[in-house]
Amino acid sequence: MSSPQWLVDRRSAAAQTGEFVMPSTDEEVWRYSRVADLQLTDWTVVSDRSEGVPAEAATLLESLGHLAGAVVVRNGAVVASRVDDALAAKGVYVGSIVDGPDAESALGVVADGGPDVFGRLNDANFLDGVLVHVPAGVTVDAPVAIIDWIDIEGAAVYPRLVVRVGADADVRVLDWHGSTDVAAFIAPLVELDVDRAGRLSYGNVQLRGPRVWQIASQVSRVRNDGTLTSSHAGLGCDYGRMRTDCRLVGRGATGNLSAVYFGHDSQTLDFRTFQKHDAPDTNSNLLFKGAVGGHSRSVYTGLIRVEKEARGTNAFQTNRNLKLSDTAWAESVPNLEIETNDVKCSHASTVGPVDEEQVFYLESRGVPTEIAERLIVAGFFDEVLEEFPVAAAVPLIAAAIDERLDAGVN
Amino acid sequence: MGELRIQGLTAAVAGRQILNGVDLVVKSGEVHAVMGPNGAGKSTLSHVLMGKPGYTVTGGSVMIDGVDLLALPTYERAKAGLFLAMQYPVEVPGVSLEELLTEALSAQGRDASVVHTAVAAEAERIGLATRLLDRPVNVDLSGGEKKRNETMQLAVLRPKFAILDELDSGLDVDALRACSRRVEAATTEFDLGVLAITHYSRLLEELKPDVVHVLAQGRIVSSGGPELADELERTGYAEWVEEEAPAPAADPFADPFADPFA
Repeated sequence: MSSPQWLVDRRSAAAQTGEFVMPSTDEEVWRYSRVADLQLTDWTVVSDRSEGVPAEAATLLESLGHLAGAVVVRNGAVVASRVDDALAAKGVYVGSIVDGPDAESALGVVADGGPDVFGRLNDANFLDGVLVHVPAGVTVDAPVAIIDWIDIEGAAVYPRLVVRVGADADVRVLDWHGSTDVAAFIAPLVELDVDRAGRLSYGNVQLRGPRVWQIASQVSRVRNDGTLTSSHAGLGCDYGRMRTDCRLVGRGATGNLSAVYFGHDSQTLDFRTFQKHDAPDTNSNLLFKGAVGGHSRSVYTGLIRVEKEARGTNAFQTNRNLKLSDTAWAESVPNLEIETNDVKCSHASTVGPVDEEQVFYLESRGVPTEIAERLIVAGFFDEVLEEFPVAAAVPLIAAAIDERLDAGVN
Repeated sequence: MGELRIQGLTAAVAGRQILNGVDLVVKSGEVHAVMGPNGAGKSTLSHVLMGKPGYTVTGGSVMIDGVDLLALPTYERAKAGLFLAMQYPVEVPGVSLEELLTEALSAQGRDASVVHTAVAAEAERIGLATRLLDRPVNVDLSGGEKKRNETMQLAVLRPKFAILDELDSGLDVDALRACSRRVEAATTEFDLGVLAITHYSRLLEELKPDVVHVLAQGRIVSSGGPELADELERTGYAEWVEEEAPAPAADPFADPFADPFA
């Protein structure tokens, strides 16, 4: 499979837009990040196409039950894809972007080169993109799953995903980021486009190996009365960063953003969120809940930006962190920028140990201290996991959390 | 027959002595009421017995059937047979009641497979709506529902001794009756010994005390039969709160710039 000329041209145009200058931690959005430790030259951009579905990906797909469609991407190359015939007949597309409908116009419509240099690098270097396209008025009953798998040591990989949901259409998408235990640098760029009254529920599980560096960007655009629900589980990587830009561009649009994350050993998990209200009567609701154990660190910085036109906006932002060891560290910086008076906005953030009163309550019933703490930490994530867009993924996420708790977090 | 034996118990909170030598012996199947004015040390007593962080035991002993509770962490005190029904039951988001009771019984080497049935039966008995059982522990329960929930857990766990810390606060008459009747029944059903800490005697209408103690200024100042509760209802605690509490001994390491009225 070779890329069409328009894509070749597009890549080289992106490559020529200027130097790829690494950001500095002096910039607020990179503060507390580990970007200064990144040497792009340490990593080799994958240009050979990987083939075959990795066994791990096949097992994963099997455990997810009935899926309306699925794509397996290996080291940036689409190695398998399928979609239910009945849906294909209605115009639903799940697969490599170059073979999809309006492929050329799908790319970059939402992200426009991405919010930072890593978006541009993705534009210049991605091998295959994945497109999930649901035409207007179509409801996809079962979830669509994308398994993004990396298994080349030393690779730099730039996964690209575009989800396009037509007017009044409805779909749930699971985007699973996994890898074998390789050292790799991965910079995914995800574009989520929700048309009028469309509904997209997007769940992203980041369970890459412990030596992976990932700098991901998720950019979304929601039109009139559309609803985006985006949920993230951040567990893997040595350094795992996700930037979320949610733009509510049409009247009555809603963006529900949530995440769970759990750091251990010397991991850094880094989250930047932007809730951008461009239109009147828009709603955003953000809940990020994380725990840090061992020597791990987490960063959350979030901005709610309400434009002058966005009267009648409701915007909420909550970040809660459990610090499970003395050597773990969590930073939480919420922010508001509001240009109109007619809004309801709130933000809350907490960083603290497991609640002593809760532990005592469970202990007083006879539950040993360690088990009590474990129950509380696992329960802390429930609020987000209960609402995770693809229910079949929840036991897998819970199992990964349990494994971490079993290993001990102090 | 077992006994909960408290001898010469003294304890401090943040360097301030609250319990000044409490002596009490509760035998299996007995109900002892501990009454007293605000600030007498009633809640401190219940917390110290269960081992809540923040309290320092400075002297004395607490034994259940010869086992020294003060040497044990909280969960092992529970295993030794002690239960505390809390005045303010804590909300524990994300942890279900069945999970809690299953872990509690398993940790004690007891059969946890009975939890589901036992919870259903006890909840019905105490009038706790089934739909509340699926909620995380105490989350979004009313004051009365929380107290029914505490009593229901007591009935499922079947401890040897239960401390009821102001079980009668924050609940309506119906819930109070349901809770106190259940505890009263437990004293014969599984020979539960009860230490009911309360400010008012209304708890004792259904839960019949064998002995009533008055706790004031951190020690038991009077003990008697059920008639003592009636007397307290009439006369109040004035008799025991007249004398000023002794000033705490000067702390030689105290901060000289600290606010003396803090």
